[in-house]
Amino acid sequence: MSQKLLLSGKEINIILQRLACQLVENHKDFQNSALIGIQPRGSFLAQRLYHILDKDYGLNALKFGKLDITFYRDDFRRGDKMLKANETEIDFIVENKNVVLIDDVLFTGRSIRSALTALQSFGRPSKIELLTLIDRRFSRHLPIQPDYNGRKVDAINDEHVKVCWKENDGEDAIYLMNN
Amino acid sequence: MKELSVSNLLGIKYLTTEDLHLIFETADQFKEIINRPIKKVPSLRDITIANLFFENSTRTRLSFELAEKRLSADIINFSASSSSVTKGETLVDTVNNILAMKVDMVVMRHPNPGAGVFLSKHIGASIINAGDGAHEHPTQALLDVYSIREKYGDVKGKKIVIIGDIMHSRVALSNIFALKKLGAKVKVCGPNSLIPKHIESLGVEVEYNLAAALEWCEIANMLRVQHERMEHSYFPSTREYVQQYGVNKALLDTLSKPITIMHPGPINRGVEITSDVADSEHSIILNQVENGVAIRMAVMYLLASKIKQYEN
Repeated sequence: MSQKLLLSGKEINIILQRLACQLVENHKDFQNSALIGIQPRGSFLAQRLYHILDKDYGLNALKFGKLDITFYRDDFRRGDKMLKANETEIDFIVENKNVVLIDDVLFTGRSIRSALTALQSFGRPSKIELLTLIDRRFSRHLPIQPDYNGRKVDAINDEHVKVCWKENDGEDAIYLMNN
Repeated sequence: MKELSVSNLLGIKYLTTEDLHLIFETADQFKEIINRPIKKVPSLRDITIANLFFENSTRTRLSFELAEKRLSADIINFSASSSSVTKGETLVDTVNNILAMKVDMVVMRHPNPGAGVFLSKHIGASIINAGDGAHEHPTQALLDVYSIREKYGDVKGKKIVIIGDIMHSRVALSNIFALKKLGAKVKVCGPNSLIPKHIESLGVEVEYNLAAALEWCEIANMLRVQHERMEHSYFPSTREYVQQYGVNKALLDTLSKPITIMHPGPINRGVEITSDVADSEHSIILNQVENGVAIRMAVMYLLASKIKQYEN
């Protein structure tokens, strides 16, 4: 297996600052908006953006949640691997909120479809947007596109994108892995 | 992630400690789900489950049914009293006829111990034992232990006494297996006539004095006096049983510390437990009922993950 560095920690940081800036442009003071990270990896990205919005923009009352989609996935009983459920933490009402769903890599779009179904179990948001760090734009199975995106990556099928976070993997970096 | 080591849930005896932890961790997620505004997930929408109750049950059947519906499974219900079993059909024939309707999973309660194990040798569908005679009631034990884990954080080292009709209780046996696997200290307490011989071989101690047992434990799991399973008289009168083994508030007030009260239900109020104890702040009886749905969802989800899509 070979790997190629796509983005360094410094580059990731610049992208995060830009994404946070775009969110503030559209959601202003986040009065009626919320960030929800898709478990497990999207939550790291969501948490980073939450900290930037809190520290740099003073949005300390920002609503932030984590959504697990395991029980909503359409590949249950299809793979060899057992699907492990993660924690869901949404301690606010999503009804009539503008929700920004956050995931690290947008690949087939199936996780996002599951997340949209899962989110409906908490109520009916007035609007849902999608923010991703990496968009593998030619790999979609479903008609789903991000509203905010860090970097577009063209990868062939036996390649995959690995996003590493300091808090989980010891470094901030994004690699293109060749299987 | 590891999966369950078994394809059927026939008894706690057949589960590993890792299986128990996996079921509890999965139940944690389902517990969060059943407290959402919309309590349903689509996980089992292509699974059909038959609830075969060859013996009467209300709460277990309702709990399973609700768990199945919340997982979006299709369900069919069967009760022996209104079926061909009364015409002499065998268990295997009955179940095979139901399976011919493309059923993937069977939840079965049966009056005979070992009915689930017997069936598992003759049919290919996944079987969940919802109580087989006086043998095992694994989902009840799982929800009991889960409720203890929820209240205390860990089961290891906890002192639990199971009180009452140990002899006829499948709940007692499954509880003992589960608690011992997780490192709890277990005593049983009841009239001599209702304590099976050699019960100590399961790693539990026997205590005939209720007050001493309660003083020792942190958690008391009260069992129902099962009049329907007693062909003989095991104690002179219900009144005498209440005097010796009934738990009331006055008795609990004499203890040096409050203890947690559990009961698998249905309660004979005023027999094994008085109302003021059953409804007290130390009782987790209703938590057990709520946890029952989450545990059954977890068990069915984990077993269903072993039924591969294309084998159907």
